Amino acid sequence: MAGFPILSVMLLVPLVAGLLCLFVEAKAARTLALVATLVDFVLGVLLWANFDIGGAQWQFVEKVPLFAGFQWALGIDGIALMLIMLSVFLMPICILASASIQKRVGEYMAAFLLMETLMIGVFAAQDLYLFYIFFEAGLIPMYLIIGIWGGDNRIYASYKFFLYTLLGSVLMLIAMLWMVHEAGTTDIPTLMAYDFPVAAQTWLFLAFFASFAVKMPMWPVHTWLPDAHVQAPTAGSVILAGVLLKMGGYGFIRFSLPMFPEASAQFVWLIWGLSMAAVVITSLIALVQHDMKKLIAYSSVAHMAIVTVGLFAFNTQGLEGAMVVMLSHGLVSAALFLCVGVIYDRLHTREIDRYGGLSINMPKYALFFMLFTMASVGLPGTSGFVGEFLSLAGIYKASSVVAAVSATGIILGAAYMLYLYRRVAFGDQKNADAAAMPDLSLREWLMLGPIAAAVLWMGVYPESFLAPMRADIAALDARLSRAAPAGDAHLKMGEPKPAAGHADHAGHTEEAAAEGEAH
Amino acid sequence: MDLAASLSLVAPEVLLSASGLVLLLVAAWAGDKSARAISYIGVALLAVCAFLAAPALCGGAMGADTVAFGGQLRVDAFAVFAKLLIYAASGMTLLVAPAYFERAGAMRAEFPVLILFATVGMGIMVSATDLLALYIGLELNSLAAYVLAAFLRNDGRSAEAGLKYFVLGALASGILLFGMSLTYGFTGTTHFDGIRAALTGEMSMGALFGLIFVLAGLAFKISAVPFHMWTPDVYEGAPTPVTAFFASAPKVAALALAMRVALDAFGTQAAAWQQIVIFAALASIIVGALGAIGQINIKRLLAYSSINNVGFLLIGLATGTQQGASAMLVYLVIYVAMTVGGFVAVLMLKDADGTPVEGIPEIAGLSRTRPLIALCLAAVMFSLAGIPPLFGFWGKFVVFQAAVDAGMIPLAAIGIAASVIGAFYYLKVVKVMYFDEPADVVKGTSDWAHWALLVVSALFISPLGYLLTKWMGELADKAAAALFFAA
Repeated sequence: MAGFPILSVMLLVPLVAGLLCLFVEAKAARTLALVATLVDFVLGVLLWANFDIGGAQWQFVEKVPLFAGFQWALGIDGIALMLIMLSVFLMPICILASASIQKRVGEYMAAFLLMETLMIGVFAAQDLYLFYIFFEAGLIPMYLIIGIWGGDNRIYASYKFFLYTLLGSVLMLIAMLWMVHEAGTTDIPTLMAYDFPVAAQTWLFLAFFASFAVKMPMWPVHTWLPDAHVQAPTAGSVILAGVLLKMGGYGFIRFSLPMFPEASAQFVWLIWGLSMAAVVITSLIALVQHDMKKLIAYSSVAHMAIVTVGLFAFNTQGLEGAMVVMLSHGLVSAALFLCVGVIYDRLHTREIDRYGGLSINMPKYALFFMLFTMASVGLPGTSGFVGEFLSLAGIYKASSVVAAVSATGIILGAAYMLYLYRRVAFGDQKNADAAAMPDLSLREWLMLGPIAAAVLWMGVYPESFLAPMRADIAALDARLSRAAPAGDAHLKMGEPKPAAGHADHAGHTEEAAAEGEAH
Repeated sequence: MDLAASLSLVAPEVLLSASGLVLLLVAAWAGDKSARAISYIGVALLAVCAFLAAPALCGGAMGADTVAFGGQLRVDAFAVFAKLLIYAASGMTLLVAPAYFERAGAMRAEFPVLILFATVGMGIMVSATDLLALYIGLELNSLAAYVLAAFLRNDGRSAEAGLKYFVLGALASGILLFGMSLTYGFTGTTHFDGIRAALTGEMSMGALFGLIFVLAGLAFKISAVPFHMWTPDVYEGAPTPVTAFFASAPKVAALALAMRVALDAFGTQAAAWQQIVIFAALASIIVGALGAIGQINIKRLLAYSSINNVGFLLIGLATGTQQGASAMLVYLVIYVAMTVGGFVAVLMLKDADGTPVEGIPEIAGLSRTRPLIALCLAAVMFSLAGIPPLFGFWGKFVVFQAAVDAGMIPLAAIGIAASVIGAFYYLKVVKVMYFDEPADVVKGTSDWAHWALLVVSALFISPLGYLLTKWMGELADKAAAALFFAA
């Protein structure tokens, strides 16, 4: 693999295919897009296979000084590798899920392939400005996907998505310009080790926070998400929930935490507070939704709050947990949106009440839906459990109160997901048209099957996914250790027992020992 | 320096003036049917002039060798950089105009000649280092421009545009002259070096007023807020090729002129003008963005967009650094490309009768009826909004970088936050073209020159443009260094 610019090729394949899609007819465009995404997936597998766990932190590095002021610098660590894998894994499924798109297929495929290029670019960029370009550029295809192929209220949703995220991001650019001016380099690995003055970190952190919090999205700047999710076509929702939201988490783990550790610790109350609010409030909102997509969108906000809680726990478990929640949520929410898409294609409504008793006429569908519901709830054996458990274990070390409040998210999550499942899959077949829907087709099997396998794999043997990231997370943890907040839930040493000779103090000794045990 | 050396320095201007006069005679005798030929000859002349001027830029010319006519003009790398941009913009106008005017039955042979004279004026503007040379260049350009704005004689809007432009332009010239006379009165010289030397140290109240009036006059010419009111009316009323010209070449010339005046003549008093420029920059960005939101005529929208862009350019000037000047030049190149792309796309929109389509609702669903035009126009819009990976982002990027490096972080932060307002109306155009049902108004075919220019400018503002950043940055650095060498 040495010398082969695999990352550049992974960026180029969908880009070229996307441009070609603009000039061919619908059927050819579908095939071309599927082939291109599969090629990228194969390249991704090769990338993973050749990734040297325990080797250099940054692998597959490419650096070409092409531009003024920044360079074409790509390279990945374990964290980026996992997120790239998530992207290339979901893309062919998105293309398969787009069979119901009938108008302007060439442009649709072009937008998705461009999106894939930009997503991989975000995770692979090693140059600050290159990252920004990829990060921002993603707005354009997503704007078009929501606006052209979206639902009834798509125009409002597309504007809201675009302007919200743009406003969040522009201040980050100013912060980046200042950082480069201060540090004299645009190289991300160098900047990750650079110690910015603590006073400046506050401002830099806030500027980055504005961007990533919107992207993540954190409460209360999450309001673009339900609109965008609901209005986007199925595949658009999958990409939004599956990958785009992860850019926020990736931003925190790649930029905010390592570059501004002191500021991260300083603002930990803000993150914790917003996350706790998000877990409780958005879960409760999800509980009362009538629209399936909206319900899952709100559940995404709640899950992403578990991610931020884990990230800002300032310890290894929390960081690992956050990463696994991101990967797991990428798969599970994508699958849930696909499940909604499957029945939406048949009945053209997202109203929960219009369905019911689907386990009778669509048993295979109900099985998949059940699996992903359970994964979303965090049932042991599924990917959701691993991530949520680690995240909460991590945050418990930092703050038991936050852990307690965040854990209610799991309970509420079970409530709204099981309630959704009950209304859709169980009960009477009260709607004749819903009762007449056929079960999964081969195409839908191909969409849901691989995700189900991945969810179970991650749930049963998460080590495959954790191993590449372990060294990177340990390095990050080491960097954060100097700023990590003390935490309130540590084990406390008991007082040592006085020597046995002092018989007259025996009563006191026993008391002291009892006290020690009580701690 | 002897006359011959001076003349060789201004060879492009000499060539353009002489051939302009000859072409005027040709036009008089051969009549309007020669208009297209004269236009193409004009393009060729501009190419020759660019060829004559370019070596000075590549060599980074500066210093005493570049001074012509006893200090009236300075043909350094900075002047040449601006001139090349102006030649490109003028050449573009000459290429797209014939098809437009022929359709309206109003193609007259004076049109290319007037453009050439305006170009001579702009060449003098960007190289002037004396208030009088500056004024002569400015007026030569403006007088040609007034006629061009009213070129469609039978069209009421065009006549209105010409008159408005003339009255307000004359007012601006008056303000400028008043400022120049004050400056002369308090410094005793019209020469930039002399003004610079006389203004070192404490600034007198009179000289300050002179500076303010000069800047106000120039703000009119670059249509910076609060002197922007004429822009939407003139841009809407003038024939579209002329609007494209106004939005590109004279803007480059006036901005280059403003840079030279501010950084050279008033360079020692940066503190005095910086706050004015900062105000004008932010006001232009915000007013340009807010004003555009309600527009339904795409030319008016582009007029507000140009006000908005001037605001970003002025952020570069506000830094008062060499990096800021270089950033402005890079921005100008990209701005000209975006303007050309935008207006050429608008020029290509016409209905079944060949009448130009200018209403935004009328281009609804353009992506389905005219996909390539829609794609290019969408690229221009995203680029104007400064969304990466389109090249418009790079212009904003270098300007903000200069501001941050100069320590003006609040200015940069407010400016970039306000750019989000601008994104709204650029998005609106994309929305109308891509999301709405086709209005099916746009018909007909377009001239090859339009297609060629549209595709070239679209390729330039596409991500491929980033490959040019190094080369462009080096040239702009040379030009900015020449400006600051003089200063």
